[in-house]
Order: sequence, then structure tokens, then C-alpha cells
Amino acid sequence: MRIFRDTGHLFRLAGLFAVGTLSFFVIRAFLVPRSFGEYGHYRGAAISEIAAHPIRFAGHQTCETCHTDVAQTKNAGKHAQVNCEACHGPLAKHADDPSIDPGKPDTAVLCVRCHAASAAKPKGVPQVDADQHANGLPCQTCHQPHNPAIAAGGAK
Amino acid sequence: MTLTRRQLLILLPAAAVAWESLLAGTPEASPNYTMTEHWWSMLIDIPKCIGCGNCVRACQAENDVPDGFFRTWVERYHVDDWHLANPEVISPDGGKEGFPVAKEDEGKYFFVPKLCNHCADSPCTQVCPVGATFIGPDGVVLVDPKYCLGCAYCVQACPYGCRYIHPQKKVADKCTLCYHRITKGLTTACCEACPTGARQLADLKNPNDPIHAFLKTHSVQVLKPQMATGAKVFYNELDGSVR
Repeated sequence: MRIFRDTGHLFRLAGLFAVGTLSFFVIRAFLVPRSFGEYGHYRGAAISEIAAHPIRFAGHQTCETCHTDVAQTKNAGKHAQVNCEACHGPLAKHADDPSIDPGKPDTAVLCVRCHAASAAKPKGVPQVDADQHANGLPCQTCHQPHNPAIAAGGAK
Repeated sequence: MTLTRRQLLILLPAAAVAWESLLAGTPEASPNYTMTEHWWSMLIDIPKCIGCGNCVRACQAENDVPDGFFRTWVERYHVDDWHLANPEVISPDGGKEGFPVAKEDEGKYFFVPKLCNHCADSPCTQVCPVGATFIGPDGVVLVDPKYCLGCAYCVQACPYGCRYIHPQKKVADKCTLCYHRITKGLTTACCEACPTGARQLADLKNPNDPIHAFLKTHSVQVLKPQMATGAKVFYNELDGSVR
């Protein structure tokens, strides 16, 4: 017994619907990245892509593998806690290829960044009014940056 | 060579598996790093910060942050008798070149370095409509620049103002906690460049990390605790006037 007459168009509609659903899943499989949902509602591969960013600061451990003498001088003085690249800037390129000259930092700019007197700074930090203190002389005349105590002598 | 129907039916699933593994790509770059073994945070020791701006410059150099935008910046607070609830806060160019000299004055001064708080329940990741920003298995909040639409919902959602739309890439950008460094056993660029040790990267899942002893013995606070963001940047001796 047939419930409806002319049921052919219903099957055509159902077929069309099935094809539509199927193509939705096929297209979706192509458009959604493979790693999406690996760890959560995001592209898991993004994590390793972000981790692949190049390094610019080599890190003081890297510096100390070659510059052991400077590290020793520095660790004996008040600047023991200051990492190399805090003053020298990012030098990963120099660490990869030592023939790249890192250049010498300008003490006139560098020292006052931390040591210029200001009421806003914590009282424990040694602070000077650079104009009065040095009379225009460069800092390294009296202070060696790696061990700034006067007793340690100025830089050569 | 002719294929029988039986052979074809056996070969098809094999080909599908091969195609799948081809699409899956190469595994992650840092073989010695297991994400689930870490839960990253940062400790900021306010009495140690001298406002030199080294962290801001280091961050900019390490992460190619465009001028005028900041993944980390330093604010200087001045709280005097009359402005307890309304402190004077300055951050000239994010504190990148330091701060103007402050004259001896009434009240107190202090510096507050700021960065993404890498919240455990972060509002920014909840509003992303496409799953472009997320909290990684190691507790670092990251942005997938290939998936980001640049709608800036997250920029508005962050209660700490830590996100911006990159002017060239037109996608959301923020502190990654130097994810490319910490996954290789290095500290962040800002911690590396800080001359006073005011910033310390910390791994809360590492039982030997000095942060655990520090948190037990110091007055430590997070920013905007009332927002229940689960912020993971801890501030030692944070003043009540800091917003």
C-alpha cells in the first residue's frame, strides 16, 4: 500500500539533502586545520609556530661560556646580579657568530638610566646627579662598569 | 596491473591513513619541553623596580613590538595626601626611556611594571569568536596570528589593557611570556634585561621554584583580584592605589 502518491520527489529531496550534508562535512574537513582541537578550541600547531620565533637575547649563561673572565669580575662586584645583556643589549647574533662585533655601549647613556638621582627611585639604589658628580667626565674614568667600586679602578 | 574490488577496498583505508599522517605535519619543535609539566607565571618585586625601562626595550627588541605599542610597560605612581584614591600615574612612551627626574616631594613614589597577567580564567580568551586566542596547556595565553580576525573583542575584554591590534598585521598581539624562550629553558627577555631582579619568571608546577617560598613569606597581590581572572603575575608589596 502506498501512503502518498508521487513519492519520487521526496526521495529526490532526501537525496539532495544527503548530498548537501555530505559536502558540508567534506568541505569542513578541508577548511578546519588538522591540529584544531588538539588541546582545546584552537589550532594546536599555533603553539609550536609561536615557539619558533627567533631569539634575540642570548642569555647570560651563553655569554659566560666564552667570557668567563668578565663574568668573574662582574660576580665579584656590585653588578653581580645584572645580566650581561641588560647593558650590552640583545646579542644572540654575536653568540651565534662571534665575528659579529657587538660594539661597546655608551656609558654616558647607559649608567644614568639606572643611577640618575630621582626621588621616585627606591632609596637603596646608588644615585647621583650626573652633571655635578662627574663634571662631564665619562663614568668609566673612575668606575669600571663590570665592577663599579672605585677601588676596582677605572676601565683601561 | 589490475586491481580487484577486494584489493581496492583494502588499499583505500591504507591510503587514507597515509594521507592523514601527511596532513598532520611535523611534531612540535622543542623535544625536551613537555607543556603539561609547566604552569608559567611571573613575580614582580615592586620595591626593586627602579624604572629604568630596560624591560620595555628588551621586549620590543625580542618580539618586534612596533613603536608606540607595548607588550610590557612601566607605570610610575605618585600618591600624596590629597590623592590617595586618585594617584598621579605617568608612563612616558611606556617608560621605555626611563622617567623624568622626580623632586623630593610629599607622598610616595613607586614603579609598577605591567604585562599580560596570563590569567588562568582569562576574559580575553572567552570572548574570541574564532578560537584564535587560548590558554595553552602550560598556562600561557597566546594568540594564533593566522586565525585571528582582528575583531578586537579581546582587546576590549582584557581588564589590564595588555592587548593591542598590531598596526601592520591587523591581528591581536600581546605578551607571549617569551614563549619561544621559556620553551627552550631560557628566561623571558624582560627578566633577562632587568638589572635589579625586579621581574622573575616562575613555574608554579615546579616544586623547586623559589616562587613557592616567596609567596609564603611575602605580602603578594595580583592586579584587580575582584575580577576573578586568576591572574598569574604576582606583585610583591603592591600598593592599594594601583589599578
